[in-house]
Amino acid sequence: MPTPLTASDDALRELVIRPRSGWIAIDWRELWTARELLYFLVLRDVKVRYKQTVLGVAWAVLQPLFTMLIFTVVFGRFAKLPSDGVPYALFVFAGLLPWTLFSNNISQASMSLMNQQSLLTKIYLPRLFVPSASIGSGLIDLAVSFLVFALLMLYYGVGVGAGVLAVPFLVLLTTAASLGVGLLLAALIVTYRDFRYVMPFLVQSWMYLSPVIYPVSMVPPKWQPLLALNPMAGIIDGFRSSLLGLPWNPVTLGVSSASSLALLVLGLYYFRRTERSFADIA
Amino acid sequence: MTTPAIKVEGISKLYRLEHAATRSKSFRELLTGMATAPIRRFRQLSGSDKTMEDFWALQDVSFDVQPGEVVGIVGRNGAGKSTLLKVLSRIVEPTRGQVTMRGRVASLLEVGTGFHPELSGRENIYLNGSILGMRKREIDARFDEIVAFAEVERFLDTPVKRYSSGMYVRLAFAVAAHLNPEILIVDEVLAVGDAEFQKKCLGKMKEVSAGGGRTVLFVSHNMAAVRGLCTRGIWLRNGKVAMDDTAEAVVHAYIDTAAQAMSTQVELKRPSGASIWMTRASMSFDGQPTMTAPMGSELTLSIDFESDVPIKHPRFGYVLQTLEGEKLLNSNNRYQPSPQFDEPVSRGSIVCRLGAPPFMPGRYVVSLWLGDTSGDQHVELEVLAFEIVEKDLWGNGQIPPTVTPMWWPTTYEFSASPSP
Repeated sequence: MPTPLTASDDALRELVIRPRSGWIAIDWRELWTARELLYFLVLRDVKVRYKQTVLGVAWAVLQPLFTMLIFTVVFGRFAKLPSDGVPYALFVFAGLLPWTLFSNNISQASMSLMNQQSLLTKIYLPRLFVPSASIGSGLIDLAVSFLVFALLMLYYGVGVGAGVLAVPFLVLLTTAASLGVGLLLAALIVTYRDFRYVMPFLVQSWMYLSPVIYPVSMVPPKWQPLLALNPMAGIIDGFRSSLLGLPWNPVTLGVSSASSLALLVLGLYYFRRTERSFADIA
Repeated sequence: MTTPAIKVEGISKLYRLEHAATRSKSFRELLTGMATAPIRRFRQLSGSDKTMEDFWALQDVSFDVQPGEVVGIVGRNGAGKSTLLKVLSRIVEPTRGQVTMRGRVASLLEVGTGFHPELSGRENIYLNGSILGMRKREIDARFDEIVAFAEVERFLDTPVKRYSSGMYVRLAFAVAAHLNPEILIVDEVLAVGDAEFQKKCLGKMKEVSAGGGRTVLFVSHNMAAVRGLCTRGIWLRNGKVAMDDTAEAVVHAYIDTAAQAMSTQVELKRPSGASIWMTRASMSFDGQPTMTAPMGSELTLSIDFESDVPIKHPRFGYVLQTLEGEKLLNSNNRYQPSPQFDEPVSRGSIVCRLGAPPFMPGRYVVSLWLGDTSGDQHVELEVLAFEIVEKDLWGNGQIPPTVTPMWWPTTYEFSASPSP
């Protein structure tokens, strides 16, 4: 029997609600239908982030700038960490660009469900969007940081090569890895609140396990593929190759790309698996 | 027979409740208990511990709803009404059974879900609309209508945190009212907001259901609203369908049973998480524990309470309403002056003397609140009930007709005007 169509394209489709178990596939069609919701959630996060702060967007400039200055003094001057022959300030900033994106995304995404429980218990929506929306403001911060970085390059008189074309790909990888970790932690925090306290510690330790303040070349060559299992190792290394013209390291980047995707898949599937009980335990 | 808009087949929902912690018997047990606590907690959270108790919030609930029907769901608190709506809204998954819905579903279990206080009214209309499942172009098309319905034109670009609570509720309901779904699921959201706005919302819901042949599922404690809006009623009791009939018949049967189930005295259980709670509530008329009293009798409500932390000033309040759900009067010593205990106590009683409230003959229901400075800790809705019967109050053989649930003692003064 043909059903009369109304203005909205998803009208009169049949919806069946029944218990499910095990691994649940991602409903791409649903995500696509609701894509505008993701847009509004991202818009909300971005707007809220800069409303009511006196300095507004200036924070996105000041934060990485001060971190860079402190790291340059402490690790570059005092500890005299090597920086593959480029000025340490540039070297550490190039690492902080993806690292700040990664760590901000994780902290925002992992707390998103706990901070917005009514979105779990009072309404149904594609819940994957809630942690995912946190990524928008991270990307805007990154864009601002890039401007600061460009000025720094000018100051040191360092030019950019064709490698800069790889930046979008590296940003995509960072987003994938951080979304994977963020989804995993968001789902874990709903169930086990303990992970709220694990998260900051995890992010902090992760920074020291990533070549933010030191170069990959400092790690003995035989351990480098192991280091690259950490997605941020290959990504940060890639950022430096791309922005500072340092030699590319295909093995590290390859391993890190694979582990980024693995993290994303793990996060997505764990989230989907636990999602159906969120409203029962939140 | 047409295809049902909603087909509910054997829905059950199981919740696992954590048992009260077993008390440690010795210091050694206490220590080992502390050491194994994280593991025990982990087991409880992952559901493999034996101290969990099963609770069926819904048991084998089945019914069909035809397109265009407006169904009122009634039942006491904890009867499973909210769980049913959550299952139908896809918020929680049923443990067993299946629901088939045909058409676009919108559910409104809370007013203003996802509203952000820092964002303006305009921004929140788009955000909330898209959370409720509207497309941007639908919101664009209805934006002016929404703003007009909410009466917030002047404050569109003000952050909603600066809105009065009335404005906030109006805006939130306005967005939801313009959803235009085929199936609308509404929880008791109309309980908030002022009376005039409630009327407007009920009118809007009526329009929605009558105009577009939309299917509506509506949970309410307000029996008058169920009667006025719904074509059909479903009464849930202990997670099962107790009755499924016309709204009129269901409301009638529910009210009758609800009144019978209540008494002049009830033992109360401590709600989980409450630090102060009522153990008993009772009422009396002219000093007698009776459920039926003539007009003009003096009403006394009393409770016994216990508290984890000794307390000087427990906050107690009550609401009296008609059986149909119309609220008549309330008092709360959070706002009205009341004595305090000289020394903090961990158990005690509170007696409230109401004098003789001028009730007309009819049935009335009492809800109770107990809390401390931080807020309400123990709420018992519709826990006591009584019936007022006719009495020749003024000895003149006149019983006034029931125009309102209460008459009012009034002094009349007459004076003749000099003729011009």
